[in-house]
Order: sequence, then structure tokens, then C-alpha cells
Amino acid sequence: MDALDPLLLSRIQFAFTISFHILFPSFTIGLAAWLAVLEALWLKTGKAVYMELARHWTKIFAVSFGMGVVSGLVLSYEFGTNWSEFSRLGGNVIGPLMAYEVLTAFFLEAGFLGIMLFGWNRVPRAVHFVASLMVASGTLISAFWILAANSWMQTPTGHVMGSDGVLHVASWYQVIFNPSFPYRFSHMVAAAYLTTAFMVGGIGAWYILRDRNIAHGRIMLGMGLSLIFWLAPLQLLLGDMHGLNSLKYQPAKIAALEAHWNTGTEVPLILFALPDPKAETNHFEIAIPRLGSLILTHDWNGEIKGLKSFLPEDRPNPIIPFFAFRIMVGIGMIMIALGLTGAVLWFRGGLYTNRLFLKAMQFAAPLGFLAVLSGWFVAEVGRQPWTVYGLLRTADSVSPVPGGSVFFSLALFVLAYGVVFGAGVYYIAKLVRAGPDGTPPIGAGGDASRRPMEAAGNP
Amino acid sequence: MTEYLPILLPMIWASILALAVFLYVLLGGYDLGLGVLFPLAPSHKDRDAMMNSVAPFWDGNETWLVMGGGGLLAAFPLAYSVMLPALYIPLILMLIGLILRGVAFEFRFKSERYRYLWDLAFAGGSITAALMQGVVMGAFIQGFKVVDNKFAGGAFDWLTPFSVVTALALLSGYVLLSAGWLIMKGDDDLRDWAYRVARKALVVLAAFILIFSVWTPFLHPEIAARWFKPAHMVMLSPVPLITAVSVIALWLALDRRYRYAPFLLGVVIFLLCYTGLAVSLFPFIIPPDISIWKAAAAPESQLFMLYGAVPLLPIILGYTAYSYYVFWQVGDEGYH
Repeated sequence: MDALDPLLLSRIQFAFTISFHILFPSFTIGLAAWLAVLEALWLKTGKAVYMELARHWTKIFAVSFGMGVVSGLVLSYEFGTNWSEFSRLGGNVIGPLMAYEVLTAFFLEAGFLGIMLFGWNRVPRAVHFVASLMVASGTLISAFWILAANSWMQTPTGHVMGSDGVLHVASWYQVIFNPSFPYRFSHMVAAAYLTTAFMVGGIGAWYILRDRNIAHGRIMLGMGLSLIFWLAPLQLLLGDMHGLNSLKYQPAKIAALEAHWNTGTEVPLILFALPDPKAETNHFEIAIPRLGSLILTHDWNGEIKGLKSFLPEDRPNPIIPFFAFRIMVGIGMIMIALGLTGAVLWFRGGLYTNRLFLKAMQFAAPLGFLAVLSGWFVAEVGRQPWTVYGLLRTADSVSPVPGGSVFFSLALFVLAYGVVFGAGVYYIAKLVRAGPDGTPPIGAGGDASRRPMEAAGNP
Repeated sequence: MTEYLPILLPMIWASILALAVFLYVLLGGYDLGLGVLFPLAPSHKDRDAMMNSVAPFWDGNETWLVMGGGGLLAAFPLAYSVMLPALYIPLILMLIGLILRGVAFEFRFKSERYRYLWDLAFAGGSITAALMQGVVMGAFIQGFKVVDNKFAGGAFDWLTPFSVVTALALLSGYVLLSAGWLIMKGDDDLRDWAYRVARKALVVLAAFILIFSVWTPFLHPEIAARWFKPAHMVMLSPVPLITAVSVIALWLALDRRYRYAPFLLGVVIFLLCYTGLAVSLFPFIIPPDISIWKAAAAPESQLFMLYGAVPLLPIILGYTAYSYYVFWQVGDEGYH
């Protein structure tokens, strides 16, 4: 292998750029919906606090959305620059799904984003609300298409191999609503809403702890927690269903994320281990007998295929899926516990005064991002060595570009993303610190709208 | 009817993509051009005004570029899979440029101390993106080495004297559009400056169009044959003639300080050059071998997309126009 292997470098580059990108949609899908809800509440009740929250969080949304747009643009070109064979062989199937994402989602978001961000004083309130709804719908429609595309790559159906050597579509319905799509789509949307709920709730808790923006902080924490209370347990259920689906269609992925080497019934649940792909075994294993079978198959005696039942060249390396899966599930458990604790405290009337709980919520704010990343690492590394499961290998998907070019681009991306996204997080933190109080009421356009930013400039 | 689909559909999709790319060149063009002009603007106040004039639109403008890339993958996967690896380095540089200038919209108004750095990112990113798009255009016209349906050339095949000329030509064209935009949208001081910029850009662009028009036919004998066959020369002569008339008209419009004519005539010049290019290349999507029919996605894929594109594109154009209508008057509430 060449020292600069274009395949390995392209994989690292795609992992790097898509990991950065997914952070922003995970946040903005939920944020756009929440902003539309806030605006609806303001239109209905006329309470200024909702409008102040909406205007303040619109600014945070704008920064996140902007970074999502530019990092997403990169991905739509990387399919060709780095994975041209995948594009050539799978283009008939994947291409139209992407094209529909552009036509139904990207244009919708971009077309109404201007009005949502800057149109407060230019259009009637109802039109502004419609714009917010359109942006929120756009984020969901975008998730629909891209998850249909990704799910098809995981559990491909509805295609045939043409006489021209590339894949053709036999049924669009089966391509879009492929076996894993309903689970992956609902799991991801729930993850995005949870990510936003923890950010909003956590920052609300921080305001309350700091004894500032109390009215805003309470609404943020209250709304965030009510979503978490229902959604965190539901997410566990969705994840479980997703797991059953993967066991049926991608057994090698399940074997990898559980680090099971041997096929068997009454399989233990491995809590911790160091999987060793060379020796095909685990070191330092801590396991609970039979629980693995119960969780994965819903049957104490359920059979789980081990990694050894797949040819070495057909299995994923279990190390990343194994640990990423445990991080994701662990975070899920923390989320459920926080939702339940919050509900108990609210019921007893001490939600806004329990400093320990508020602190916990504050530190839990970024947990959703970590869970989303871990989940995608499980899904994508667990799909290896395939780009399209069982049909097209990753090694056969890569572009005919020299390793030096990919090394150059990877270095540039690391540099640029480091600067740009470092700055983005810094400016979002600055906006959060400035708080909603600095946001002027509607109707005070013009110069007044500069004030909060100057406040943010001199904290 | 169905037996004609494999012939018709690639032509329809080539037209839709040509429209998307043309809209990007116009909208992304004035948008990137503002970034190119940014460091030269007379004052800080003007720079703020320039940025606010495009702040509500840049995301929508850029979406046409996503449509161009995504649409190429969807409608002509073979062309996408040959061109993108061939253009690896210029495309990556373009993307990095677009990232830097895109986030500058959000960041520069949030920073006091480091605003100059984001100004630099906006200008540098815009210039890089514009130049790389011009390089891509030049390399595309020249064609790529293809063996066995795959790109088989080197990492720097795109870098030729011709692609350097097209890069500079496109840059000057973007500057002209952008000056036209500021003539429509700027206050009196900014407009005075924009008129002066537009004149210089027009002279440079006219020179580049001339070089480009003389050079292109020599790249492929087919192109020369198409333009210089006596029968064709008569039929095609309006393209260069109207271009020349438009350049002169634009000069006069700048002289008489018309408000809307400079931008509109800039659009006309772009449209004519674009038409000339289409005449030269049709029906090849990777000249001189791969036609739109050879590169086309399967008919069932192109048809499936067409069901969506036909109703959606007019709707998209509609709400895009509405957004331009809402923000036509430049206010100061743009970016914070």
C-alpha cells in the first residue's frame, strides 16, 4: 500500500467532514421547530417573553444554519471528488434522492431563511410565521431524503443490476421506503429534537443558576424537559426497534457493535471489553450472561451470529462500533434519568430551585451531539467494508485520484474547519452569554438592532 | 412515446441543468463579485452596505450550485463521476473558499477586534471560489482524458493557459455583475464608485471574451467546424454580433448613469456567452467523446426526477422572486 493511500485518506476525510456537518443539522432540525413553536405561542398569547426568546434564538440558529449549509455543500461534491465510482455505479438510485433533497428542502430553507432572519419588520406577522414554518419543514424534508439515501446504502432494496454494469431502479417505493428507513429516520429526528432540547434546557438551567434571564430560563428548561421526558424513553424504544431491524438485515454490524465473535444462543451482554480483531477475541471482558440474547432478539435463547461466521474480508472492525454504541446507549440512559428526575422535581415544585439538578442539566447540554456522533459511527463503521451493503465495497467506490491530492484536501479541511467552526462555537457561546434580554422588541428595527451585537461584542 | 424518452429526457435534463448553472452564474456571480470588490470598497460603511445587500440571498444563490452538482450526479452520473475527480483540486479550493466567505456573513458583524480577519476571509474566499469556477469552466471546455468510463488523467490536467484565461474572464464577469448590482442597490457614493468599477470590468471582460472566442474553436476541430461552416456562420452570426452590441450598449448605459440597464445588460452578455458555449459543445457533456445521451442516468431515474422538477422549479422561482421583492430596498436591519 502506498504511504498516501487515497482510499484510507478519502475515508478519513469523509468521516471528518460529515462528522462536523451532522452536528449542525442535529441542532437546527430541532431548533427550527422550536422557533416555529415559540412564534406560534407569541402570536397566540401575545406574551413578549416568547418573542424575545424567538428573536434571540434565531440568531443562534442563523450561525448554526450557516455552518450547516457550507459544510453540507462540501459533502454534495465529495460524492464525486472522492467517491466517483460509487456515484457512477449507484448514481441512478442515489442521485434522484439527492436531487429531490435539493428541490424540496434546500431551496425551501434558503428561500425563506432571509425572511425568517431579517424579515421581522418587512412582512406581516403571519407571513413571517409561514416563513419560519417553511424553514422548519425544510429541515425535516431534508432529513427524509438524506436518510432514505443512507438507509438504502445500509439495506438496499428496489434495485436491479443493469446490462450496462450499473445499478438501476426497479421500484422507487422500495428504494425510498427500504427496510431500515422508517427506523433510521425516526431515530435520527428524535435524536435531533433531543439534542436541541438538551441545549435549550441546559442553557435555561445555566441562566437560572446565574440568577439572570429567569423568565426566559424557566421557559427554556420547562419546554426542554417536557420534550426530554417523553422523547428520551421513546428514543430507547425506537433504538431497540432499529436494532432488531439491523439484526435481520445487517447481522455483521450487530456482531461488531456487541463484539460477539462466536455464533450462539444465550449470548451474554458484554458491558466492557477490548475487542481484538487479530486474535478474534475480546480481552478484559465483563459480561452479564444471557442478557445479550434477550436485548437483541427479545428471547432469552435467541441466536446471535458472531463475527467469525462472516469472512474476514466481509466484516467490520468491531472496535469503533463497540465503544461508540456503548457511549450512545449510556447517554440515552442519562437522558432518560434526567427526564424522569426533572418530572419528579416539577411535580414536587422544586424544579427551578434544585441547584444540583440545574447543574446536571447544564453539563448535560452537549450530550445530544455526542450521542448523535456515536450513533453515526456505529451505523457507518458497522456497514463496512461496504458503501452499499452487500453490493458495492468501499474499496471499489473510491475515485481515481492520487493520494497526494486527498492528503492536501484533508489538510485544508482540517485547517479550515478548525478555524471556522472554532469561531462558530465561540460566537454561539457569546450569544448565549449575552442572553435574550439584549434583543430589541419587534418594531424597533434600524439602528436598534445593532445593539445586542455590540453587547455581544463586549461581554 | 416511451421509445422517445431515452432521446428526449437527456435533452430536457441538460436544459434544466444548464438553467440551474446559468442562474448560479448570475446570482452566485454578483454575490461572489461583491466579495472580490470588498477590499476595494471606499469605506467601512460601504462594506457593511455591500454585505447587507446580499445577506438575505446568499444561501439561496448558493443553492443553485448545489442543484448544479447534485443535478449532475442525478441526471448524468457518468459525467459527474468523470469530471469531479478530474477537477479535484480546483473544486476543493472552491469549496474551502465558499466555506470561508459563507461564514463571514455570520461572523463579521459579531466581531469587533477581528472583523478585518473575516473581511479577509470574505474577500479571499470569494476570489478563490470565483477563480476556481473559471478554471473548472475552462477545463470542462477542454475535456478530460477518459478510459473505460473513468477519469484517467493527472492531478493537474486542469491547469492550462486556457483555463487560466477562463478563470480571469469569469472573475471579471462576476465583478461586472456585482458592480451592476451595486448600481441598482447602493446609495449615491457607492453608486458613483460602482459606475467606475463597472467601466473597468467591462473593458477587461470584453477583451477576455474576444480572446476566449478566438481560442475556443482551436481546442477541438468539431467546434471550429461548427462555427466556420459557411451555412452555420450566417445562422450563428447573431451570437457574436449581439454580444458586441450589448457591450457597447452597456458602455453607453454606464456613461448615462442608467440604474437598471447595467445589470440587465451584464446578464444579456453572460447569456450570449453561455449560448455560444452551448452551441460549441452540444451535445457533448465531456467533449469530445461523451454525449449527454451516453452520460445520462437511466430513463426511469430521469423521469422520476422530472415529475418533481416540473412542478417544483416554478414554485422555487416564485418564492425566490418573492424574497428578492421583500428585500429589494436595502435596509440597515440586514446583519446585526
